Amino acid sequence: MAIHIDLEKCTGCANCVPSCPFGIIEVIDEKARINEGCTLCGACQAVCAYEAIIIEAIPEPVASTDNHRGIWVFAEQRDGKLKSVDYELLSKGKELADILKTELCAICFGHNISEIEQLIAYGADKVYLIDDPALANHQEDLYTGELVRLIQQHKPEAVIAGATSLGRSFIPRVAAILKTGLTADCTDLAIDNETQRLLQTRPTFGGNIMATIICQARRPQMSTVRPRVFKKKLADPKPNGQIIKVDFDREHITSRTKLLNFVDDLTETVKLEDADVIVSGGRGLGKAENFQLLQELATAIGAALGSSRAPVDDGWIPYSHQVGQTGKTVCPKLYIACGISGAVQHLAGMQTSDCIVAINTDPDAPIFEVATYGIVGDLFKVVPMLIEKLKVD
Amino acid sequence: MNIIVCLKQVPGTTKVSIDPQTNTLVRQGIKNIVNPFDTYALEEGVRIKEKHGGKVTAISMGPPQAEEMLREAISTGADEAILLSDRSFAGADTLATSYTLARAINKIKEDNLVICGRQTIDGDTGQVGPELAEMLGIPFIAYVSRIEEINNGRIRVQRLVEDGHEIIESTLPAVITVVKEINTPRLPSLRGMSKAKSAVITTWTAQEIGADKEMVGLSGSATRVIKIFFPQRVRHGEMLQGSPESQAASLIDKLRQAKLI
Ligand SMILES: Cc1cc2nc3c(=O)[nH]c(=O)nc-3n(C[C@H](O)[C@H](O)[C@H](O)COP(=O)(O)OP(=O)(O)OC[C@H]3O[C@@H](n4cnc5c(N)ncnc54)[C@H](O)[C@@H]3O)c2cc1C
Ligand SMILES: Nc1ncnc2c1ncn2[C@@H]1O[C@H](COP(=O)(O)O)[C@@H](O)[C@H]1O
Repeated sequence: MAIHIDLEKCTGCANCVPSCPFGIIEVIDEKARINEGCTLCGACQAVCAYEAIIIEAIPEPVASTDNHRGIWVFAEQRDGKLKSVDYELLSKGKELADILKTELCAICFGHNISEIEQLIAYGADKVYLIDDPALANHQEDLYTGELVRLIQQHKPEAVIAGATSLGRSFIPRVAAILKTGLTADCTDLAIDNETQRLLQTRPTFGGNIMATIICQARRPQMSTVRPRVFKKKLADPKPNGQIIKVDFDREHITSRTKLLNFVDDLTETVKLEDADVIVSGGRGLGKAENFQLLQELATAIGAALGSSRAPVDDGWIPYSHQVGQTGKTVCPKLYIACGISGAVQHLAGMQTSDCIVAINTDPDAPIFEVATYGIVGDLFKVVPMLIEKLKVD
Repeated sequence: MNIIVCLKQVPGTTKVSIDPQTNTLVRQGIKNIVNPFDTYALEEGVRIKEKHGGKVTAISMGPPQAEEMLREAISTGADEAILLSDRSFAGADTLATSYTLARAINKIKEDNLVICGRQTIDGDTGQVGPELAEMLGIPFIAYVSRIEEINNGRIRVQRLVEDGHEIIESTLPAVITVVKEINTPRLPSLRGMSKAKSAVITTWTAQEIGADKEMVGLSGSATRVIKIFFPQRVRHGEMLQGSPESQAASLIDKLRQAKLI
């Protein structure tokens, strides 16, 4: 362990006990003791007046940070279409690059990608594009190999990708090959004034705790970021940047896995991630058939249908509708939650929506903490009223 | 088929709440459990063994008390269990964890398929599986929801992605991570429980897996947690009062005014 208590200095004052976010410090025989589970966050050290808590600084190899420059965004596509998370990451990446006075680059792999110049309009100074039929769909072995090659060649200081199924699956492999750090599922990125390091904030423990993480010495610093947490800025009317075409390294990079088929499972016409309005139901619906009622409301206002995890687990609605930590992150203009308690895991997936309406019988349900408009009431009375009134006018 | 399943012991977090007075996690009454997603990994390993023969080895890196979880793994079908435990492993991030697991798996040598859960409920990263695959230098498939076929040194699976599913084929050995849709884990059998009681859980230290001290635990971690805080939520919304009818009416008014509908 790299944390210990200097028993001579410790007075047993117990000031450190409540400072520990994990509650693992005890005072036994007038000496503090740190139990299993310490994350070395340093909260206890900060409150100890006697300098009795010692966190050994582990000597890190001096990083070759100086020759790493530039912020990179991995721009994901499917079927030649860029994803909206690409623009969100570029918008944030631009902010970070401006602070660091460095360039912003987008990296894109695929084939016949339409509107590739949009990456420049949203802030990229350079786009490294590998366009090859072999890369048309998600070939993770090839993507891994090519991203590693480009990073080794150009040495960016930070690489950001969407925490999508693709990003969460192949970006860790890139980080492992480069022996660098990767912070998963970030909800905020900032630059530390003093060290110029990336401050990466993410939820852990199912959203109960937020942690800010740095990558001390190794480069690049890498993060995956949840879709819909950063806002897409306006496109630059006079974009200025260049597209650099790179050849696919067919000879050295091969694949051991093969994607045989992709099947689209979404039954709806409006995709959840792209919907401006979402009507979502939870266990309060009582049974599968009652999603019909929500569907009626959704149809009346042109909304997509969402769900908390409970109905998905009970088989009332397919997984592709699940919103939350293990489902989709959404950020519509309007989110109407019916019979959803608002467990942190669900909130993690929808709390950045512009306007949130909650309908719940329990006045103490946590969903009301994030609601713009709250209705304490029975959804089976309120929702039919809404539908009726929408029909009348 | 030799199957290795990676399991982690985590606090049973569904009950985690925050003490408003001290702003700390309430730990009372929270016992450690096997990471729920890893129970699907173990179950799938056992099913593959039942179909194709072979052996299932459960492996975990963690403090000595994780032994209890490995016994549980034996009661639900694992043949053997190995605990990687050493003070120098403490404070590991995903890079150091996957390095350590890879060292141990290399020592076992006879692996054909390594199965991990999709993510843990404490760290919540889902990075250990893919990083482990690279450390072992073998192929990787995430979010597997069904194993379609294992044959002739190849595996074909179905896996979940955002808008649907993909069918992917890979050579073996490989690492996969599984989602909860893949199966329903069995409960411990009586025979399993008595086997678990007497089972010897092998413990390996850093030295025994030939791990480089600079690459495990805190020293081997590239990332550091520098701050921990609780998301603060205060009610600032407007509660709509009255009968369901007037609640519905005022909601529609407000949404129309804001041009949301
Ligand atoms: C690691 C992990 C990951 C998770 N990931 C996710 C995730 O991605 N997404 C997710 O949603 N959950 C996730 N969860 C689960 C989450 O914690 C909850 O279990 C889930 O969100 C509960 O859904 P619910 O609100 O529908 O049900 P409940 O919590 O059971 O709440 C039902 C609510 O409906 C209200 N109600 C009942 N009847 C009526 C009525 N007639 N009218 C109005 N209101 C009514 C009740 O008062 C109650 O508040 C995760 C959990 C873990 C541990
Ligand atoms: N300490 C550990 N010991 C064994 N397996 C682990 C450990 N940490 C993570 N894993 C495996 O990796 C998966 C993903 O973990 P994580 O990246 O921490 O979300 C888990 O579901 C486990 O299968």
